[in-house]
Amino acid sequence: MTATALTQTAALGGRAVIRTARQPANVIFPLVFPMLLFAVNAGGLKAATQLPGFPTDSFVAFALAVPFVQGALLATINANVEFARDIQTGFLNRLALTPVRGIVLLLGQLGGLMTIAVVQAVFYLAVGLAFGVRLESGFGGAAMLLLLEVVIALGFAALGSWAALRTGSTEAVQGLFPVFFVFLFLSSINMPRNLIEADWFRWIATINPVSYLIEAVRSLVIEGWNWEALGLGFAAAGGLSIVGFVLATHALWRRLERT
Amino acid sequence: MDAPHENSIQAHALVREFKKGPRAVDGIDLHVDPGEIYGFLGPNGAGKSTTVHMLTTLLPPTAGTATVAGYDVVKEGPRVRKVIGAALQEAALDPFLTGREHLRLQTTMHGITGEDRRLRSEELLTRVGLTEAADRKVKGYSGGMKRRLDLALALVHRPQVLFLDEPTTGLDVQSRTALWVEVGRLAKEEGVTVFLTTQYLEEADVLADRVGIIDHGRIVAEGTPEKLKAEIACSTVEAVPASPGQRGVLATVLERFGAQTTGYGPGSVAVQLSSSNGNLADIVRALDAEGVILSQLQIHEPTLDDVFLAKTGRHLEGAGDEEEQESEQIAQPASV
Repeated sequence: MTATALTQTAALGGRAVIRTARQPANVIFPLVFPMLLFAVNAGGLKAATQLPGFPTDSFVAFALAVPFVQGALLATINANVEFARDIQTGFLNRLALTPVRGIVLLLGQLGGLMTIAVVQAVFYLAVGLAFGVRLESGFGGAAMLLLLEVVIALGFAALGSWAALRTGSTEAVQGLFPVFFVFLFLSSINMPRNLIEADWFRWIATINPVSYLIEAVRSLVIEGWNWEALGLGFAAAGGLSIVGFVLATHALWRRLERT
Repeated sequence: MDAPHENSIQAHALVREFKKGPRAVDGIDLHVDPGEIYGFLGPNGAGKSTTVHMLTTLLPPTAGTATVAGYDVVKEGPRVRKVIGAALQEAALDPFLTGREHLRLQTTMHGITGEDRRLRSEELLTRVGLTEAADRKVKGYSGGMKRRLDLALALVHRPQVLFLDEPTTGLDVQSRTALWVEVGRLAKEEGVTVFLTTQYLEEADVLADRVGIIDHGRIVAEGTPEKLKAEIACSTVEAVPASPGQRGVLATVLERFGAQTTGYGPGSVAVQLSSSNGNLADIVRALDAEGVILSQLQIHEPTLDDVFLAKTGRHLEGAGDEEEQESEQIAQPASV
């Protein structure tokens, strides 16, 4: 990538961040909603720690992984709604009328979303620490957690961008929200997979990539350095990112008919 | 280094056909000279914007060829985009960015950075009168301010050819006039070739060196506004008798000079003059000889709408709307 393309990507990413930052609803909701769910789960499901084989005696620490995944999801949905709006209003055409390469338009959007996701992750981590959670993987684990969050956000962002580019509809992108949420709740969000009693639920949670995202984050919080969980988490996030990126690139190519 | 090209626009048998739709552009030929303001006039849905989208590389033609500033719009899209500026139909701006931030983003997309970027942004903000509003979010701008910012964004890289797609739609008279002045200046002082689509007759008449009239995807007339009007229509004389009883005599006299026409004031008689049939002085003398006393006498110069009417059988204003209504009625399923 040339220096000019990098500068253009950074400018587009910066615009995505500014646009989000200037809409309080897009800032507050992804910060507060995951924390509310975190507080409810941590309080209501505390008794689960008494189950034999439960990996920690702190449900707060166990539940902290969820906001990282949920927050990335919310932020990327919001930002991709704006991306779809760019298509509807013709802003994408304005950019397409410049010499900028098509892929830069997508990379800028994704870069902005990843930046937002990192900022949110720092917030969730700070709240968790304030609630007495101790990060078993230490300072290095915090850095790894942020890196993992970047890849998770990239996966969701790429899929959201695909939806935005494919449909050009803000409603269609918003429609992804419940779909993603179903995946979130059919995962190991509230219980380790080995402790899920219903066979069908355990099976779905096992094939659901979101389980591996949550378990990778969770491992850094409650276990320390569990390379298997991390490997699976990065593989799931990376897989989502690759699939999402390929789909989004194809949709961008179809959307921008420019010669 | 790129070879220098003159800033012309050429198109030959350009076609754009949409899936399951009509031919939006149906084989048009264009030649716009460097530094010329070319007005592309037509009702809604005539094919103006589709033509602009093809010439600006946003939409590939189904058939035909076109070059802008010497570059083929299909084979050399990136080169075309380097030399053109465009303000499309809607001022596509981000309501959450300021005017200055828009300019920063646009200059970066064109590879302009550092001090050049700052100076160019300041220059353009001054030129379009947005210096004071530069740091305000665009969502607080008026329609005219948005259009002016849109124009500034189209100019950041000093384009050789400028495409303006209905740039003054929805603007008040003051904003419209200001934009006309700036567009005129760009063509005359900077030699920018301007391709301007509009549905406003006055805009094409005032601004354009030459006009192309498009209807149903085809160019139905082309030339300077004066030439088109002279070719198609002659002046119309409208007279109102002082006494309603003299209306018959008035009509008889005026019909010596041309064919009677309708659409003018109640109680008046109007004839469209045939070019060789005398002038106003002859008409006044003839009326005087017959003892006709007038309360009002007016001469109406031909307009581009007369040209459109002559070529298509419809008036320009409202033509597209009528067609849109018709197609909506056709598209609606029959009720049971």
